[in-house]
Amino acid sequence: MSQQFLPDNPLPQEVRVPDEMAVFSPEVEAEIDRHLAKYPLKRSAILPLMFIVQRERAGFLDPPGVAYLANRLGVRIMDIWEVATFYSMINTEPVGMYHLQICRTLSCKILGAGTITEHCTRRLGIKPGETTPDKIFSLSEVECLGSCGTAPMMQIGFDYYENLTTGKVDELIEKCRSGELSNGVR
Amino acid sequence: MFIGAIGCEPLQLRRVNLENSRSIETYRKNGGYEALRKVLDRMSPDVVIGEVKKSALRGRGGAGFPTGMKWGFVPKDSPKPKYVVCNADESEPGTFKDRYLMERDPHMLIEGMLIAAYALGSKATYIYTRGEYRYLIEIMDRAIEEARAAGLAGDKILGTEFSCEIYTHTGAGAYICGEETALLNSLEGLRGHPRMKPPFPAVAGLYGCPTVVNNVETLTAVPDIIKMGGEAWQKLGTEKSGGTKVWSVSGHVNRPGVYELPMGYEDMEKFIMEDCGGIPNGRQLKAVIPGGSSVYIMPASDIVGKKVKMDYEGLVAAGSMVGSGGFIVMDDTVDIFESTKNLTEFYKHESCGWCTPCREGTDWLVKVFKRIARGEGRPDDAQLLLDIVDNIEGKSFCPLGDAASWPIQSAIKKFPEDFKRHLLPLTNGKESGKEGLPTI
Repeated sequence: MSQQFLPDNPLPQEVRVPDEMAVFSPEVEAEIDRHLAKYPLKRSAILPLMFIVQRERAGFLDPPGVAYLANRLGVRIMDIWEVATFYSMINTEPVGMYHLQICRTLSCKILGAGTITEHCTRRLGIKPGETTPDKIFSLSEVECLGSCGTAPMMQIGFDYYENLTTGKVDELIEKCRSGELSNGVR
Repeated sequence: MFIGAIGCEPLQLRRVNLENSRSIETYRKNGGYEALRKVLDRMSPDVVIGEVKKSALRGRGGAGFPTGMKWGFVPKDSPKPKYVVCNADESEPGTFKDRYLMERDPHMLIEGMLIAAYALGSKATYIYTRGEYRYLIEIMDRAIEEARAAGLAGDKILGTEFSCEIYTHTGAGAYICGEETALLNSLEGLRGHPRMKPPFPAVAGLYGCPTVVNNVETLTAVPDIIKMGGEAWQKLGTEKSGGTKVWSVSGHVNRPGVYELPMGYEDMEKFIMEDCGGIPNGRQLKAVIPGGSSVYIMPASDIVGKKVKMDYEGLVAAGSMVGSGGFIVMDDTVDIFESTKNLTEFYKHESCGWCTPCREGTDWLVKVFKRIARGEGRPDDAQLLLDIVDNIEGKSFCPLGDAASWPIQSAIKKFPEDFKRHLLPLTNGKESGKEGLPTI
């Protein structure tokens, strides 16, 4: 279910026992501890921890990050992959610094989501599912994000941008290019 | 975007337009946490469940199951811990009410969860929020901290013997996790596949313990039910559909938004044409999906002049369902074939892959839709779609299969012209048109 961002390499990443395990700062470790404390079983924290590891490891779960998760949660490497590949927000491939996710479901669609996607494709030179060669932008079409009353919309990282027009999209893209806009990853 | 009540005093939306509506001070100044006080001071858990039963509150997530009955299924003598889980995985296309309830009035949800936890004997509760709503998790976390600092969450709440923790949890982009047993699997750190029922979560849910899973709007209704009394709250609505309901309205309307209406609001046409400001750009109303994308689509002819009552029974009588209360309004520029294709692609993307009818069926449906959209529709393709749907509906492991089927069934039945237009004509009993059509 997760999107492939390397069109010339459609095979999933090689799954192997990595030689190295990711290491995180004491602050990140403390954040992870706070999540683990919520549950009677450690495994329940798998999704919150995946978001943290993905944020700290350049936007996706790399083998050292996966090894860390397995070790921290006391499960097998394969258990981590099993869950990671199910959820569309967990990246198993690298994504661009700014991940533009445009809602394509009905309410957004009838209010112009198609125009927004086409406009982004033209401006960025990439189709949905692709990343620019400079790794700044990834573009995706995603399913309903609960922003139907303020359609059309897109999400950049975790941040919502609503009531979009092509003009607003241009502004956003400019702000991404100049580094003014947060990439919404947290 | 409009947020407010029409035809009744706002209950769920009482505070949403106030300044600093998120803060605990605003909440308490406007009647907040009075219900919790009342429950802890002078109501036994059984009395609380009794009030919820009297209120005729039905689950607001989509299925409409009576909430009091659901709470009543939790075994009292079980030695296991009990859990209350709030389903904030709002992902049904066209639905965004829970988002605004949590964004504008997070303490109302906390109070509802604490009352539910008290009634069910639960000491730990989870709010399962969809991963995309990260900012709402941050809002809820801050509100929980405020409540804890005020002695309203954690140990010995309001100085009583009642202790309860509220935790937030994040999903990660899977529609199926709105199905309660898939949600529980996800919360246990597994893939979000639905579980076999029975046993129902009330008996064996989270970590195999008795669990109640309730939608956000269901839980936020609870404080008012306690304050007003179940009967008085029920009387705001109809006999079988008590209270008020929060609807999300999107699509081709002049005033999209979140609307609180009394259950049994008298006329859907009036609601769309007057309350929601009518159809923009001088266009005509063509169709409405009234309960989130999974319910039957209604043509304008079933709404205009028909006085469709907006409650569980009224919408069933009119040929659709309340579902999650997500109105998608479409004007006469929309091709219902295209809109149905769009939703079918949604269900294909979100099918979890656990059972064959849904996994394979939704994939086949999309293949047929795409072929028709390429201009290669065969005369009997509408029938083919119905045949595939017939092999999904009622035969899938969880209701996602039904949800994928109903939009197609109703669209072909109510808008046959929109489908026929895309299909090649039948000539001399044979298909006309292109040679060597690809087999799909």
